Amino acid sequence: MRRVETGNHVAAWGARLARVEVVSAYPITPQTQVIEEISRFIDEGEMDCEYIPVESEHSAMAAMIGSAAMGVRSFSATSAHGLLYMHELLHWAAGIRLPMVMVNVNRALGPGWNIWCDHQDTIAARDTGWIQIYCASHQEILDTTIQAFRITEDPKVILPVMVCYDAIFLSHNYMQVEIPDQETVDRFLPPFRSLWKLDLDYPLTHGAVIYPDDYEEVRYSMFQGLDNAREAIKAAAAEYRDVVGSFHGDMVETYRMEDAECALVAMGSMASEAKVAVDELRERGYRCGVVRVRSFRPFPREELRELLAPLRAVMVIDRSVSFGLEGPLYSEVKAVIYGHSDAEVYDIITGLGGRDVTYELMVENTEAALKGRLEQETRWPTVRLNEHHLVMKKGLEEYWKKEGVR
Amino acid sequence: MRLRDFPEDEVFLQGSAACQGCPGSAAIRVAFKALGRKTILAVIASCTSVFQSPFPLSALDVPTINMAFATGGAVASGITAAADRLVARGEFEEKPNILVWAGDGGTYDIGIQALSGAAERDADFIYVCYNNEAYSNTGTQRSGATPYAAWTTNTTKGKEEWRKDIPQIMVAHGVPYVATASLAYPTDMYNKFAKAKEIKGTRYIEIQAPCPPGWKFPSSHTIKVARLAVQTGMWMLYEHEGGKTTYSAGTQRIIQGQSKLVPVEEYLKEQGRFRHLFSPERDEVKIAEIQGRMSHIFETLQFTHKMKEHIMDIELAPPR
Repeated sequence: MRRVETGNHVAAWGARLARVEVVSAYPITPQTQVIEEISRFIDEGEMDCEYIPVESEHSAMAAMIGSAAMGVRSFSATSAHGLLYMHELLHWAAGIRLPMVMVNVNRALGPGWNIWCDHQDTIAARDTGWIQIYCASHQEILDTTIQAFRITEDPKVILPVMVCYDAIFLSHNYMQVEIPDQETVDRFLPPFRSLWKLDLDYPLTHGAVIYPDDYEEVRYSMFQGLDNAREAIKAAAAEYRDVVGSFHGDMVETYRMEDAECALVAMGSMASEAKVAVDELRERGYRCGVVRVRSFRPFPREELRELLAPLRAVMVIDRSVSFGLEGPLYSEVKAVIYGHSDAEVYDIITGLGGRDVTYELMVENTEAALKGRLEQETRWPTVRLNEHHLVMKKGLEEYWKKEGVR
Repeated sequence: MRLRDFPEDEVFLQGSAACQGCPGSAAIRVAFKALGRKTILAVIASCTSVFQSPFPLSALDVPTINMAFATGGAVASGITAAADRLVARGEFEEKPNILVWAGDGGTYDIGIQALSGAAERDADFIYVCYNNEAYSNTGTQRSGATPYAAWTTNTTKGKEEWRKDIPQIMVAHGVPYVATASLAYPTDMYNKFAKAKEIKGTRYIEIQAPCPPGWKFPSSHTIKVARLAVQTGMWMLYEHEGGKTTYSAGTQRIIQGQSKLVPVEEYLKEQGRFRHLFSPERDEVKIAEIQGRMSHIFETLQFTHKMKEHIMDIELAPPR
């Protein structure tokens, strides 16, 4: 069935086709349409599911942990401050080893209030033990949401999955999507059988006090689970292509990388813009390609090493900041090719708080890098200097003098 | 139900890591006598997280999930929603009891939002607050449940505020069942759990839990202190359902005039946390303040009890 939908509605379709049985969520712009659509599906009898309209995101995740611990397929949706508010329980959900899927609409963090796109929210949740997959199109949101259940329920993984997509660009814009029929999805995604649950016939205590003697083993097993997720993500993407038909890459998606000497590395919808930039760069005689990091956790270590190590240059485009260092994606790209490559690695931080990222910007910066005009460091090419820069540069006294403040 | 008629089956097993004289473990034992094994338990960060015993041992012989501090009402909402699905699918013949076990910190303070949300949604579970009137697990800091004038490690001269009344806040939510219980009246507690078990919706039971190390009394005096709390009016036993409050056990006897209200001093003197009220010199003002409050509450209740026979069948909620 071909429909024109918002990214949010498409995520709701993903949950519906995955036969989710418990949804627990709290509204936050720009995620609201996901839960509105799910509520409508339930009210109109199109989805057989319990919807818990919790009073906060912290409770949304706590309720998800409760329902998933009962062995029932569970789903939630959030964004930005909601994700931060449930941060404690993100760790809990992963640590207690429960399969569940949550979509997160990537939105900038306050203050000031900004409902537009950047990746700071999910980057802040990087080390929670969740799998994070970033989407670049509506079709991918649908397909990834369904695939996510296969990944999270894989007995070698059993860690929750966060499906991330960009606020407004993907959440609210309408795009054409192909919605597979229920029978096809059922062939791909079998009913959920949990590895453990709160079982009356086999009563166990979960999440009790654990001493230093045992704790490290628990964390190591989570580490292994995320490592195993690499294979699970690849297998899910490949099988989904066979059964349902569409494919958006697995750990990474590549574009025109076959003969490339330079790669643009980005996540989310910005990577689609990078494809346009690469076409333009090739027009100008630079053999460039795009590597879109689809799975940020687990990080595509081997894939990036293989793709990027032989290149002359890599341009990373970050849509978030690690304050006090550089772009987070930049750090990680450098880390995985370290010792394997002589490639020059550049970084720009741009697109924060929904600022437009144009292909011209990417072309300009990549061209400058390839001409040797840039340092290998993080730059903020789209930032405009403001009053505070004057204070930082000249000191408060000078600034007050300028402003006429006594 | 008499004490000797309690079922013999023990869900709370021997060898737990609780302190001597622990009221929490005694309360869990009575609760499970009434609820039975068809119960799913969520333990919220509290002493119970510790005294159930560390991994890989457990003193709890029912499926148990330990959860973060502020999640009581929420995790139970998830469990009960999932249990409804499993009943609908036919995996459960009948819905198990869903029990949240939280302390006063996890209920009065950090967990009130999740509890209030769940109560407003009338999520189907029993919420127990075992109230030891402080953060005993972290070494006895004040909580919203700590009584007036009580010493804690961060109210070293005695708390200056009165506790808030969470059972009445739960009554105000309009949930189908609210009850308070005391370790000194185990059959009353048993009956309340047995009744709660048969009701659907959010049910709230609060058990006063005198904590020997936190309240500074000998560990053999837990039940004695619990009884004195009721006899002096410092803890009241009642249940509220269908818009009506009914007092029970020791509290009922005082209201009906069968026993006298014991002076609060008897209760305060038992506990080291109130010692500063008696030495180096007696703090007559504070003792009188507490006594005055208890006397006022019970005089009001005794008066309405007498009026009830003549005017209308109504029992007041505990006055403030």
